[in-house]
Amino acid sequence: MSSEQDHLKETDTEDRFDFKKEEKSAFQTEKGLNEETIRAISEDKDEPEWMYERRLRALKQFQEMPMPTDWPGQPDLSEVDIDEIVPYIRPDVDVRAGVDDWTELPDEIKDTFDKLGIPEAEKNALSGVGAQYESEVVYQNMQERWEEKGVIFCNMDEAVREHEDIVREHFMTTCVPPSDNKFAALHGAVWSGGSFVYVPEDVTVEMPVQAYFRMNSEGMGQFEHTLIVAEEGSEVHYIEGCSAPKYSAFNLHSGGVEVFVGEDAHVQYSTVQNWSKNTYNLNTKRALVEKNGRMEWISGSMGSKATMLYPSSILKGRGASDNHITIAFAGEGQNIDTGAKVYHNAPNTKSTIESKSISKDGGRTNYRGLVHIADGAENSSTAVECDALMFDNESTSDTMPYMEINESKVDVAHEATVGKIGDEDVFYLQSRGLDDDDAKQMIVSGFIEPITEELPIEYAVELNRLVELEMEGSLG
Amino acid sequence: MATLELQNLQAEVAETGEEILRGVDLEVKNGEIHALMGPNGSGKSTTAKVIAGHPAYEVTDGSVTLTLSEADVADIDADVDEEDLTWNLLDLEPNERAALGIFLAFQYPAEIEGVTMVNFLRQALNAKLDEREELFEDEDEEAEAESEKDEGYETSPMEGPADDGDVGVAEFQQLLKEKMELLDMDKKFAERYLNAGFSGGEKKQNEVLQAAILEPSIAVLDEIDSGLDIDRLQDVSKGINALRDEQDTGILQITHYQRILDYVEPDYVHIMLDGKVVKSGGAELAEKLEDEGYDWVREEAYETA
Repeated sequence: MSSEQDHLKETDTEDRFDFKKEEKSAFQTEKGLNEETIRAISEDKDEPEWMYERRLRALKQFQEMPMPTDWPGQPDLSEVDIDEIVPYIRPDVDVRAGVDDWTELPDEIKDTFDKLGIPEAEKNALSGVGAQYESEVVYQNMQERWEEKGVIFCNMDEAVREHEDIVREHFMTTCVPPSDNKFAALHGAVWSGGSFVYVPEDVTVEMPVQAYFRMNSEGMGQFEHTLIVAEEGSEVHYIEGCSAPKYSAFNLHSGGVEVFVGEDAHVQYSTVQNWSKNTYNLNTKRALVEKNGRMEWISGSMGSKATMLYPSSILKGRGASDNHITIAFAGEGQNIDTGAKVYHNAPNTKSTIESKSISKDGGRTNYRGLVHIADGAENSSTAVECDALMFDNESTSDTMPYMEINESKVDVAHEATVGKIGDEDVFYLQSRGLDDDDAKQMIVSGFIEPITEELPIEYAVELNRLVELEMEGSLG
Repeated sequence: MATLELQNLQAEVAETGEEILRGVDLEVKNGEIHALMGPNGSGKSTTAKVIAGHPAYEVTDGSVTLTLSEADVADIDADVDEEDLTWNLLDLEPNERAALGIFLAFQYPAEIEGVTMVNFLRQALNAKLDEREELFEDEDEEAEAESEKDEGYETSPMEGPADDGDVGVAEFQQLLKEKMELLDMDKKFAERYLNAGFSGGEKKQNEVLQAAILEPSIAVLDEIDSGLDIDRLQDVSKGINALRDEQDTGILQITHYQRILDYVEPDYVHIMLDGKVVKSGGAELAEKLEDEGYDWVREEAYETA
């Protein structure tokens, strides 16, 4: 961690995340979900027939599948009523034409992203940036020099039109089919917006590509889809940030992320998410990793009433590897159920999972993990480490690692630690002049340092600030 | 001239009510070296922790006061009243005591993962300087200082401010470098996590380094000699002498053994038994303990009692 992060103490307050804008939408669907809604979304986007059909199929699967209810320690989803959700809101921007000049955006959208620091982040060493407001990507910009090399970074709707073949092949087919789970099916039916990243063979995008998603309206659902295709020998780091202000009605976020890591390719997907405390955050994220490919998942999950999120990697090819680093923070009334899944389906595959959680004021964090090593995946190895930090005796943290090992020539390690924030540690720092709050803040930022050190500085600062605000209990 | 004074200090373990300190009297001035000796369980470490404000102990009687001189508060950017020169430490938080110039070197310092030495030390120094100003500010000034603080950034926070605090990054790096050279410490220390994976000797050296950076008036060193080999003992001793000689720090050296006193020569030696200081004298007292043990002290103490 660098010294630039020291300044976190003196930042502005929670209102940076908690402001909301008056809704000004050009088009939105009715509440609830049925074939008409699906058709309305598809027509509003002027989609090809095949996409409409995929939506319909996903809708049917969604309707047939039961809600997950009986996992041990699972967050309560009884409040999630799809009939109360507005699945699609198109803000008043001509998204078809696309906006690549920030100044052309409507003021209220510009203000929102200004407050969130998006244009500033763009200036700082990013190769491309996209911003989604409600259901649509309102701004997209890719540096020219990457475009010249054939890198594509655009919103998903545009990708469906402009890069139809690639999307048709990869979109919710082999990686995250709608049949995967109830919320993947929901996502397949109503998905809107999101990012498409395509990196051609042997191209290395040295600077991160960034997208930011913002859910502004009350009672809406956000269902952005992220599709990353990294061809053989390519390399890219994609970063997503998300937030939503606080409303009395609940919001639903159900994103889908699909990553295709080609042979010898390397993809890092990083995300810092901060949802309002009434958002249900139910996502499906998966990577398919070919021979000697490398996938890295870095995620910070903050906010939300309940989160269920287990990024997964399927190591298909010999020598493929996966690295997960996750951090969760749960305060009062929150249940953050997160973890990782890795399928070792080929020999010499390797995975590491490092999960860290912080809970306070009765918050609940779970680590839910699955490592599957297939018969024949010899010489594979996995190491799982879960650390939980708790502030008080009311908070809980559960570790639920699940390992299916069907091959004997493998190396498997699991380690879990649970600790309360130590009085001795706090006293030590206090005796050096830090007050109680700063001492705790320092311990927590040290605890999450393995994540922050993996992120570009703006995100590391952002994550630290979010943690600090959570600790003060000042986020809505 | 800063003076730390313990009068009839009595304390118990907060959770169990077990009585540990039964009336400790001590006085340490800056520039002096005091050795506090005694067998295990006599209350030496508890004395140290109570001075620093450890929450595990409850003070049941007596006082801990720190009296500062005008020279001690020359750095304060506010009018300091005469009455603000004497502080009842028992009313103050541990960080406020640190700000007034109390330092405790721990026998077993905490290991804080993920926090580099350089970041920790700079933040600690700036926190101390800020708190110090606040302690001497009257309420109006405090309110004013608060309102200044609340302005936040003018630009997006994502850009981050240039710097914060009284001591900037570059300035601090220089200070740290000098102090580490003084203590013969490897400069790699600065980028390591606070005490994490440090050897026993490195931890002790690190405690002395922190005292050198924070420049306390009074440093309480809790068995800083335990577990050190002879080379490291000499390094640490050199550092302690430097605190006294160059910063005029008053040292309260808690120890079991004469050994460290060969290198850090005490002006005064106090012997503690069963929660009380039962005998005080000069350096010769420590030598007598080395030769004859504590039995004679015990006999003397209980005969007179």
